[in-house]
Amino acid sequence: MIGGLFIYNHKGEVLISRVYRDDIGYVQWEGSIRSSSSYLSPPSPPRRNAVDAFRVNVIHARQQVRSPVTNIARTSFFHVKRSNIWLAAVTKQNVNAAMVFEFLYKMCDVMSAYFGKISEENIKNNFVLIYELLDEILDFGYPQNSETGALKTFITQQGIKGQTKEEQSQITSQVTGQIGWRREGIKYRRNELFLDVLESVNLLMSPQGQVLSAHVSGRVVMKSYLSGMPECKFGMNDKIVIDKAGKGGTTDEAVKSGKQSIAIDDCTFHQCVRLSKFDSERSISFIPPDGEYELMRYRTTKDIILPFRVIPLVREVGRTKLEVKVVIKSNFKPSLLAQKIEVRIPTPLNTSGVQVICMKGKAKYKASENAIVWKIKRMAGMKESQISAEIELLPTNDKKKWARPPISMNFEVPFAPSGLKVRYLKVFESKLNYSDHDVIKWVRYIGRSGIYETRC
Amino acid sequence: LFSGAARRVGASRRKRRNPAKMPAVSKGDGMRGLAVFISDIRNCKSKEAEIKRINKELANIRSKFKGDKALDGYSKKKYVCKLLFIFLLGHDIDFGHMEAVNLLSSNKYTEKQIGYLFISVLVNSNSELIRLINNAIKNDLSSRNPTFMCLALHCIANVGSREMAEAFAGEIPRILVAGDTMDSVKQSAALCLLRLYKASPDLVLMGEWTSRVVHLLNDQHMGVVTAAISLITCLSQKNPDEFKTCVSLAVSRLSRIVSSASTDLQDYTYYFVPAPWLSCKLLRLLQCYPPPEDGAVKGRLVECLETILNKAQEPPKSKKVQHSNAKNAILFEAISLIIHYDSEPNLLVRACNQLGQFLQHRETNLRYLALESMCTLASSEFSHEAVKTHIETVINALKTERDVSVRQRAADLLYAMCDRSNAKQIVAEMLSYLETADYSIREEMVLKVAILAEKYAVDYSWYVDTILNLIRIAGDYVSEEVWYRVIQIVINRDDVQGYAAKTVFEALQAPACHENMVKVGGYILGEFGNLIAGDPRSSPLVQFNLLHSKFHLCSVPTRALLLSAYIKFINLFPETKATIQEVLRSDSQIRNSDVELQQRAVEYLKLSSIASTDVLATVLEEMPPFPERESSILAKLKKKKGPGVVPVSELEDGKREGGELNGGGDRGPDSSTPSPSADLLGLRSAAPVSAAAPSAGSLLVDVFSESGAGGPAAAVNDDGFLRFVCKNNGVLFENQLLQIGIKSEYRQNLGRMYLFYGNKTSVQFASFSTTVSYPGELQSHILTPLPPVEPLVEGGAQVQQVLNIECITDFSEAPQLNIKFRYGGALQNITLKLPVTINKFFQPTEMAATDFFQRWKQLSQPQQEAQKIFKANHGMDTEVLKAKLLGLGTALLENVDPNPENYVCAGVVQTKSQQVGVLLRLEPNAQAQMYRLTLRSSKDTVSKRLCDLLAEQF
Repeated sequence: MIGGLFIYNHKGEVLISRVYRDDIGYVQWEGSIRSSSSYLSPPSPPRRNAVDAFRVNVIHARQQVRSPVTNIARTSFFHVKRSNIWLAAVTKQNVNAAMVFEFLYKMCDVMSAYFGKISEENIKNNFVLIYELLDEILDFGYPQNSETGALKTFITQQGIKGQTKEEQSQITSQVTGQIGWRREGIKYRRNELFLDVLESVNLLMSPQGQVLSAHVSGRVVMKSYLSGMPECKFGMNDKIVIDKAGKGGTTDEAVKSGKQSIAIDDCTFHQCVRLSKFDSERSISFIPPDGEYELMRYRTTKDIILPFRVIPLVREVGRTKLEVKVVIKSNFKPSLLAQKIEVRIPTPLNTSGVQVICMKGKAKYKASENAIVWKIKRMAGMKESQISAEIELLPTNDKKKWARPPISMNFEVPFAPSGLKVRYLKVFESKLNYSDHDVIKWVRYIGRSGIYETRC
Repeated sequence: LFSGAARRVGASRRKRRNPAKMPAVSKGDGMRGLAVFISDIRNCKSKEAEIKRINKELANIRSKFKGDKALDGYSKKKYVCKLLFIFLLGHDIDFGHMEAVNLLSSNKYTEKQIGYLFISVLVNSNSELIRLINNAIKNDLSSRNPTFMCLALHCIANVGSREMAEAFAGEIPRILVAGDTMDSVKQSAALCLLRLYKASPDLVLMGEWTSRVVHLLNDQHMGVVTAAISLITCLSQKNPDEFKTCVSLAVSRLSRIVSSASTDLQDYTYYFVPAPWLSCKLLRLLQCYPPPEDGAVKGRLVECLETILNKAQEPPKSKKVQHSNAKNAILFEAISLIIHYDSEPNLLVRACNQLGQFLQHRETNLRYLALESMCTLASSEFSHEAVKTHIETVINALKTERDVSVRQRAADLLYAMCDRSNAKQIVAEMLSYLETADYSIREEMVLKVAILAEKYAVDYSWYVDTILNLIRIAGDYVSEEVWYRVIQIVINRDDVQGYAAKTVFEALQAPACHENMVKVGGYILGEFGNLIAGDPRSSPLVQFNLLHSKFHLCSVPTRALLLSAYIKFINLFPETKATIQEVLRSDSQIRNSDVELQQRAVEYLKLSSIASTDVLATVLEEMPPFPERESSILAKLKKKKGPGVVPVSELEDGKREGGELNGGGDRGPDSSTPSPSADLLGLRSAAPVSAAAPSAGSLLVDVFSESGAGGPAAAVNDDGFLRFVCKNNGVLFENQLLQIGIKSEYRQNLGRMYLFYGNKTSVQFASFSTTVSYPGELQSHILTPLPPVEPLVEGGAQVQQVLNIECITDFSEAPQLNIKFRYGGALQNITLKLPVTINKFFQPTEMAATDFFQRWKQLSQPQQEAQKIFKANHGMDTEVLKAKLLGLGTALLENVDPNPENYVCAGVVQTKSQQVGVLLRLEPNAQAQMYRLTLRSSKDTVSKRLCDLLAEQF
């Protein structure tokens, strides 16, 4: 279990320090272990705090630490970084690392739900709140309810008007009850529901256009403003469900949805989803929390629609010149518009000058990043655009060849590259008098680029 | 320049590179772009931001360097500076070298300086640019502009590569001694040369410059002298003879400094002390040489040393710590010189008194240094007594010092000053200190106590008491050697046996006693338990029960030892037989999972039940006395401390008493030199054996084998040597570490011998070297030039060496081969006789019977004949005899002697100067198992030697 949690700024100063277990209080520092390795030396070796150990060995390490898990003197440090802020969970026990990271990400979500961007200033301004939250969501190192909605009912940023005893006991029973994520007695005049399918598509492609690896990781995020305790049922074009329906005899539905059933490799659900029902019937039914939450996460690797194709052409002209031509092709319905397109073409480390010509968008050589950055605001489907650049090189002493890093791309498209479609989202509320038809539902698909690279 | 950059890269590095006399950089010359860049980097919030900024700057510099229009010197300098700064931040720089080299040819000081700075930091020696750089340096060296010359010299010294040495090692001495060179350049040149010499000594050849370099000691400028003396000290350590003349110069220089008033050497007076650094260096240089032979020089030097000692007595001229530091530095250096000379009793005693004052000084460092120097003083016969007067202070230091290193030195000094008169006191103090001593020095202390107790023991009961106390107080740190030694001594001295048994018995009664104590107890009671059995309080059964009560707490080796003690009890006290047999028969013994214990239990049980009392008494007789030899503990201490620190207490009385007690303590008057004596080494080569054979059960035997392996080298080899008289190939020598094989061939007076050194361990031998020595006047008789061998012999590897031998005249002794190497830190030294004997140079001569007897008669003078009658050592097999005679190198003549049983041979010994004909006749007498060997040759020495050699062979 988590022994303690520290938040550092970029200099390695501790902003938040919360220790849950004594065992991590003192960590023998690596340096001191080395010096006191001989059993002959007197028994008081210099001891360093775990806080310092992480700062010295990770934040200020001579070589950048890439691994998110670091072991120092039999103590494990799990860290995530948000802009300049380091969050580190420390433990001496053999914990489930995935659980710790899940907790850390949740912690980030909770904090940004409370005070927006996670920055040094915001953390300093809200440190009391953060300690309050930490007390609530971790208990003796065991993660507790970290649902923002529920937390917001009893941890507020404003002063609390003297709650009555009843209200207090209600909170207690609600938090400890069976449905801890939703309180009773919610009422809305307009029952509304927003559903976003957010996907990020990752790709590595060879220069010849062969897909080396590709996968989509997606999330279904909901925002629900529903009265009472509604029961929801979510349906999508999951291959297993569709095939089962198809076998049942009604080929009708299968034809209607065309080939568009998708194979989901793996998925995880919000705690409100009834897993037993999913296991037996593969139907996703749940009582939704109020407000915004992430219903499910999933990953697919088959039949991915790649929105863009990058065709690089690099030619070395002598020792001091390089010619680069890059063509991008959009590969989706012409009626759709991709946005925020950015192509990043790396340049050799000994570049001394760059000339760029492009038809569309703006391109610029950014020396500080050693890359040519080409930006296009919008681009419709089934179009093509190209850039060509001449790169001048400075002869160097090293005979090392340029490693040719891949060309990477960023974009946003209004469809789900995995092919996921929402088939239905039904709402049942038996006690209150509104039916599925009365609920206003909004569905939106956003496909973004993850690591979208083409080798050149 | 990068004034603030020290934050990341450390100021010292740059400071060193800045030439001593840098013209002030004018304000307008400051590089604004650089300052802006550095402050940008400082202001970066994160590492990523810093990298971005650097990338941007690098791209900018690349485009500038690539640009078509030529850059002026200023911008070149600025960009090179930026590159340097980026490099020092830890980023790779792979361009800009050419621009830096261009800067070298600039006429502006600052530009040139930056160029050199970049090159000494960034250019590696295998770069293609090195030719250009060398050219630029050459130009600067010949420019006659002192600042440029200095810059170039600094660059050479900073790079210090082999290539640099190759290019400039010839040039720099010329600059150093040239009359018209500026003083500052001379200093730089001297230090630069020193650096090159340290890096690649083979390239810096002083040759004809030697005397002129030595005369730099006479230079007017003190800075030049200081720089030159570092160089001379280093050079003279390698070849002292060439620089011998520096002694008198150094002495006169020293006397001038010492006798000068503090105001004389204005620039070189440091807190009222005239030229302290130079004085120290002069004194250190003098320590490379023996005392000057010239009386005048010596007188002057003694005068200097006296003045230094006198000055130490004067009240300080300043209260500043720098003043006393400088003064004491000279004083300590002078004292080490006095110790080094070790010939002036007066000075030695004065030095000792001076150090005695320091022993009570406030400064911990001074006390430490005083103790350390006194340690070496104690070894001198002149000052030993003087050192002894400080015993109380030193004991006090041991008890009260707060710093462990000082306490350690105090313990060393106590050990060094110990002799018969104060041994009891010192040993008692050390014992009492041991109870509170630091863990890190306990083991060493224990060894020291053990050695002192043994060496200066007047009565052995005191010795036994001391060692048993030692085991009681610090049992964990008592090594095997210590308790082996107690047992050896107790066994060898009848007068302490009873007392030892009693003391051990009492010591064992403590509820918790150390395992080593049980070992000693078990051994001694097993041997001499009968001596105290008369007392009812220590009756046999009580003794046995006491020992057996400890049995289950002990480790396997100790249990094995105890089992042996039990069987001895059965012999000593028949009344305990039943009890002991019961113990041996129990399952925990006879079915013990440890093989050694089980075997002992079974064997002892059988032995006790089957053998008659007579047999038992013979088998389990009291141990015979151990052969007297030097303490193995001493060897261990030496090994632990390395050859650098010599146990200094072996003075004459050590010799006397040691001889009486240890047999082997006579290390000779040269004992203060670190070269260990031969018998010690024999011991050392034996030491790994006992360590490597931890078949722990054989403890009882171990004590023997330790002593048995006393002098292996000589004995073993004599045997090997004789084996080679009649054969040419085989294994000459073998021990646990090394095997030496030999293959040899001879033709006329020439021979060739292949020596194969095989490392039998898995550890490499370091500094392996072999030399051939010639006892007596052998060198004029035989020549064996020895090529050098590889200094490292890897574990399991074999090294070959070829030896060419030329026999000039006949000889009788054999040349000796001396092999030295380091095995696991300990120096091994093996001396062997090379199997080169006169008979190797035999040419066989065939002749008929008539010829033979004709010549036989010709050689009838009594001195030409040598005859021996001896008993056969081996069987009288005809074929074997024939093979041996043929192996000898002579021709075996058949059908010559009328008696077919007899053998006759003829041959000519080929030497460079002459040929000696030899006739041999061997008459075996089968009944008496005797031989008569007759040899006749034209030279009496040859017949005699051959006769001696052959007599051993049959």
